[in-house]
Amino acid sequence: MMNKIWSSLILFSLIAAVCLGNISELSRGIITSGNTAVDLAITLLGSFCLWNGIMNIAEKSELTKSLSKVMSPILCKLFKGLKKDDDAVLPMCLNITSNLLGLSNAATPTGIEAMKRLAAKNEGKTTPSNNMVLFVVMNSAALRIIPTTVANIRASHGSENPAGIVLPSIIVSICALTVGITMTKITERFFKYE
Amino acid sequence: MSNISNYILPIFVCLIVVYGFLKKVDVFDAFTEGAKNGFNVFLSILPSLTALFLAIEMLKSSGGTEILTKILSPVGKLLNIPNEVLPMCILSPVSGGGSLSIYESIISEYGPDSYIGRVASVMMGSSETTFYAIAVYYGAVNIKKIRHTAICSLCADFTSFIVSGVVVRILFY
Repeated sequence: MMNKIWSSLILFSLIAAVCLGNISELSRGIITSGNTAVDLAITLLGSFCLWNGIMNIAEKSELTKSLSKVMSPILCKLFKGLKKDDDAVLPMCLNITSNLLGLSNAATPTGIEAMKRLAAKNEGKTTPSNNMVLFVVMNSAALRIIPTTVANIRASHGSENPAGIVLPSIIVSICALTVGITMTKITERFFKYE
Repeated sequence: MSNISNYILPIFVCLIVVYGFLKKVDVFDAFTEGAKNGFNVFLSILPSLTALFLAIEMLKSSGGTEILTKILSPVGKLLNIPNEVLPMCILSPVSGGGSLSIYESIISEYGPDSYIGRVASVMMGSSETTFYAIAVYYGAVNIKKIRHTAICSLCADFTSFIVSGVVVRILFY
């Protein structure tokens, strides 16, 4: 799937550049893309170290137990076969909490840790388990209580009510999340898990 | 609002550290031990990030986004998505930075409190970068076949594009 999407994006870009006469811009884009990726990764490196450190404190202090008491009933209903004391529960809870609070640079490292722990139960398979797919889908439709970035941009452009989009954003997020979860549950049986 | 959100991060961090301290964890050691792991994560996602950015930069620099906007504008009209925010919809599943810069230009051109500005804000506040999540999360655990992930995530994105306009119209007009 990633194979097809990736190669069609690249082919489509070449055709578009030829049609629009943007071929020199395209060359420049290709050259800078590597730098852009490394720049982002370096920026992320700091937050990976930071949040992995914070996560380790949370783990050592057994914050797991308190957090999972609150969130695991919902998590275990959504994720089949996930037990309350599973080691993936803590990073999953932290990931969801960071998403809700709009802390996106905390959401990525905690999410990756959760994926690693979910993958450990996958027994070296090359396809993701149903739970892994659901986790990624939930992250790509992340529900946020406070869309910080958007509110800040609105404020800087002189909006009368920068936070006025919070409620509509939450409503829309919930709709998107519901559709995402439902679709995942419906379609999981049609895609082979090997 | 921005005042409240400024408090969230410090409180979040402080809460975890103080809780650990009260539970008699050697918090400093625990932090550095965990932070060491950050470098492995960095190495594991770098290859897929590079691949993702190659495709994104090619799509943006070739003018492919404009072509897609033209092709999709009848669909947008059908679904009541304003034409001005369509480029943002097209870029938002692949590039967070790309859609954010389009969002800023929409806001400065139409104003944050116009219909178009509000729809764009709600879309921006309610969607994440789908392919970034896929590349980073699966890249970190070395999975190539992604089964139904992309389809379901895109359905969720699509829902947020359609519902944004509807919700803004109901709540504001």
